[in-house]
Amino acid sequence: MASIIGKSVKRVEDKRFLTGKGNFTDDIVLPGMTYASIVRSHHAHAKINSVDISQATAVDGVVAVFTGTDIANAEIGGVPCGWQVDFKNGDTMKEPPHPLLVADKVRFVGDAVAVVIAETAAAAQDGAELVSVDYEMLEAVVQGPDALAADAPLVHDDVPHNTCYDWELGDKTATDEAIENAEHVTKLEFVNQRLIPNAIEPRAAIGHYEEASEKYTLYTTSQNPHLIRLLLSAFVLGLPEHKVRVISPDVGGGFGSKIPHYIEEALMVWCSGQIKRPVKWTAERNESFMTDTHGRDHVTKAEMGFDADGKIEGLRVKTVANLGAYLSTFSTCVPTYLHGTLLQGLYTTPAIHIDLTAVFTNTTPVDALRGAGRPEATYLLERLLDNAAREMNVDPAELRFKNFIPPFDGVDQPGYQTQVALQYDSGNYQPVLEKALDMVDYQEFRTRQAEAREEGRLLGIGFSTYIEACGIAPSAVVGSLGARAGLYESAQVRVQPTGKVSVYVGSHSHGQGHETTFAQVVADKLGIAMEDVEIVHGDSESVAFGMGTYGSRSLAVGGSAIMKSIDKVLEKGAKIAAHKLEVAETDLEFANGQWTVKGSDQSIGFGDVALTAYVPHDYPEGLEPGMDFSSFYDPANFTYPFGAHIAVVEVDPETGKVKLERFVACDDVGNVINPMIVDGQLHGGIAHGIGQALYEGAIYDESGQLVSASFMDYTMPRADDLPMFELDRTVTPCPHNPLGVKGAGEAGTIAATPAVVNAVIDALSPFGVSDITMPLTPERVWKAMQTQTKEAAI
Amino acid sequence: MIPSEFEYCRAGSVEEALDLLAQKGPDAKILAGGHSLLPAMKLRLNSPGAVIDISGIGELSYIKEEGSHLVIGACTTHGDIAKSTLLSEKIPMIVEAAAEIGDVQVRNKGTIGGSLAHADPAADWPASLLAGEAEIVLASSSGERTVAAVDFFQGLFTTDLGENELITEIRLPIPDAYTKSTYVKFEQPASRFAIVGCAASITRSNGSCDKVRVAFTGVSSTPFRDQAVEQALEGQAPSDDNIEAAAEKAAMSVEVMGDHFASQEYRKHLAKVYARRALQAVLS
Repeated sequence: MASIIGKSVKRVEDKRFLTGKGNFTDDIVLPGMTYASIVRSHHAHAKINSVDISQATAVDGVVAVFTGTDIANAEIGGVPCGWQVDFKNGDTMKEPPHPLLVADKVRFVGDAVAVVIAETAAAAQDGAELVSVDYEMLEAVVQGPDALAADAPLVHDDVPHNTCYDWELGDKTATDEAIENAEHVTKLEFVNQRLIPNAIEPRAAIGHYEEASEKYTLYTTSQNPHLIRLLLSAFVLGLPEHKVRVISPDVGGGFGSKIPHYIEEALMVWCSGQIKRPVKWTAERNESFMTDTHGRDHVTKAEMGFDADGKIEGLRVKTVANLGAYLSTFSTCVPTYLHGTLLQGLYTTPAIHIDLTAVFTNTTPVDALRGAGRPEATYLLERLLDNAAREMNVDPAELRFKNFIPPFDGVDQPGYQTQVALQYDSGNYQPVLEKALDMVDYQEFRTRQAEAREEGRLLGIGFSTYIEACGIAPSAVVGSLGARAGLYESAQVRVQPTGKVSVYVGSHSHGQGHETTFAQVVADKLGIAMEDVEIVHGDSESVAFGMGTYGSRSLAVGGSAIMKSIDKVLEKGAKIAAHKLEVAETDLEFANGQWTVKGSDQSIGFGDVALTAYVPHDYPEGLEPGMDFSSFYDPANFTYPFGAHIAVVEVDPETGKVKLERFVACDDVGNVINPMIVDGQLHGGIAHGIGQALYEGAIYDESGQLVSASFMDYTMPRADDLPMFELDRTVTPCPHNPLGVKGAGEAGTIAATPAVVNAVIDALSPFGVSDITMPLTPERVWKAMQTQTKEAAI
Repeated sequence: MIPSEFEYCRAGSVEEALDLLAQKGPDAKILAGGHSLLPAMKLRLNSPGAVIDISGIGELSYIKEEGSHLVIGACTTHGDIAKSTLLSEKIPMIVEAAAEIGDVQVRNKGTIGGSLAHADPAADWPASLLAGEAEIVLASSSGERTVAAVDFFQGLFTTDLGENELITEIRLPIPDAYTKSTYVKFEQPASRFAIVGCAASITRSNGSCDKVRVAFTGVSSTPFRDQAVEQALEGQAPSDDNIEAAAEKAAMSVEVMGDHFASQEYRKHLAKVYARRALQAVLS
């Protein structure tokens, strides 16, 4: 049987998704179910004087109304933060409470004030409209740097200067010296704008308390149901964990926004306990815009110093990260341990220092968004490199070749120790850029670009060579950095008596295609058909434990846990096979689902061995019956995918509109199980990254109103905005996990953004433009040309 | 996304629709394709007491030649207009405007009458209807009247349509044989409505521009015919220079809108660029 690893097997989950037969949280209807509508603040910052629910409770069909006072009286804790970052002076970060409903004051547009529960969703909404809140308006603070001003309004009265923490990483003295002594310093001050994740499925939650068993079930749109159960039971509601079941059924995309534990999850469970009936809440799209955690929102000043030969001597970064109104579950680690630690990039920079301040503002909480910190790091590095190349009159590709870390496989050569805490596992960086340059036909492009300029046409090319840290993470390492959870994964392989296999995985799939990729691995290793493998995920009752899906970790960590259980299956299977064939285990070899006596035609199949394990009549002495193995896998290191992305654009000189002409990428994600799925992940990621460069961006006005709270106002990238992506890859296996895989879910997003922006800046090089604030809307590009033209004229 | 409670009425004929409109009073809204009304109702920006559904009135869906006019029934979908060979031959800018609206699903449901009644300042229709000197037929239980497009649009979401009136037909004079027209658009990237939509229709004789009609949508709160541009070119033989000069006069007489997709300054600039592009396309 030929291996199905490395084959583009069609996704087994697509049939149900494409025929409308998926089972999403909002599809679930329970007997006696009620519906919740949440009353949300229309103000960014206001004191709550009183909440009048009398008209709402009078609405026909309204079952109950709860307010922040009810939550406070019930002494329910807020939703906690999962990662502790300390101030430079050692003080613990500021962690103001985030209650399920607020009682004292609202802190962003969308903050939850009350919940109305009714027999129908319509009645709940009618009731919610009639809850009357008396607000006393307060001045709002919206932008990160403004939060630090001496006279800035305080989002939380007990958090001075709105500062959650300040933080640094790297060698400050060495970096200051390196920049001071550099032959050339490239500087860039920029905003990495706030993005809204916009998963296709809005968030939803159903709380279901069953009086007879005193059990609580939460159905939720989560990327990590077990983590939600842990936080919900131990930290928020104080429920016994074994009496709480969390189910994440089919989930329509997450991109990080479905990692955090949200107030609505705990609120639905608590409300169900109060009214003794199931309660369902499904976000409306404008609630998604307002309350799904946002991403990015950094204001950064960066300097990169070079020697006379163009070697990078030092990198100095100062960033203000806007965390929004409250701490979301992993908000604190994104700008620090997922951003500062990536500033080495692919380069041999000997001195790096980052100084970062994380602040509260009257905006939606910020957390991980596809790439989470790594896109911000990559944007910073890659923009600096292309700008430096232009300033020093060096080719941007050449500048990168000059600074790449030399190849190392992590086996014969050690991993690469960065200046910013991480040790890269394996890498070979030059070939990805060489390949990408060939694909784009770089020299031909430069000729074409020069000719086009003669005709007044503006063509540009932009580069991005990136690295990311995936497969998060060794628990001890992240624990030492402040994580309040381990980051291992679990997998149980249950061989059924007929030889069919059920695999229970902690990794949740919400678009990644785990049911296909994991089944390919299991089928291949056990030598059985893919149809004989079922991947089960998303239910805390059936899956032992799981840390969930994010940080491109599922195959590297979850897949490795599966491999551990498969090894145990094969080990036991060999004992049974040896017994049945009356030979020693060492005389057997396993291939294509058969144990065969070496050098003979005597063999026994996987199915027969499975049946024997459950019908152990003729069975090895002392061996337990059954064939069901559970494993936990805690990775030895992160994994480090890398690659080179190149964008080619044409800018309309009259309107500033950017047309993306080509997008070329050569990625190295380690070994590949399903090339089609990996390419699909890259396509989606690249589209997302292009979205940030050209289209997307949350817009708040000065009073803290979210102006871009609908698809009429927030631009998502669409198919007709994008060219056909041209992809290729190299393969540098991960040396420390059994599949040699690195992860592919975020690569495109991390890499694409600076490539596109660099391309536009290159197109505008006749105007001497060095930066345009993202997204590069036609107006901003046009204005950049006007400003520079006028200056040139003077 | 759940509208407030409302009464639903389905009209089988124009007469029935007008009766219902008279009965239900100012609290009633007409539902045709629903692509403007339903989102507004779901967001509770609009909570009518009654909705009168006219989408089933077959007699309001047609495109035909009637003497010196091409006439379009109010319930004709954008999609049907975009596919009309009759319109494509006689007044191409109408077909081009229809094809620019929304996406396939929107075009297959949304109607020309519905869009006109809603009068979104960024809608595609007004520019080509103004440049095409269209008339709009309004019916009520007390009779019928015809209003020139230029008088119909009165401001932001505001038209000459009376509370008990229904748009039944759009009438376009068939232009002279030596007429060319086009609709060009710079779209708002999220909604794909017009930031600037420019329609131009030019009739030429003996090499000079006899009649020039240029109109904009998206630029100002009310769509408008831009007579400064028209007059700059009328009676002239077209050249790069006078096209440029005419386009430079675009949007000078109106209050230009600004928003986070396009400031006043940029929109004004785009109006000039798109006026020139429209004129060039027609005169090439």
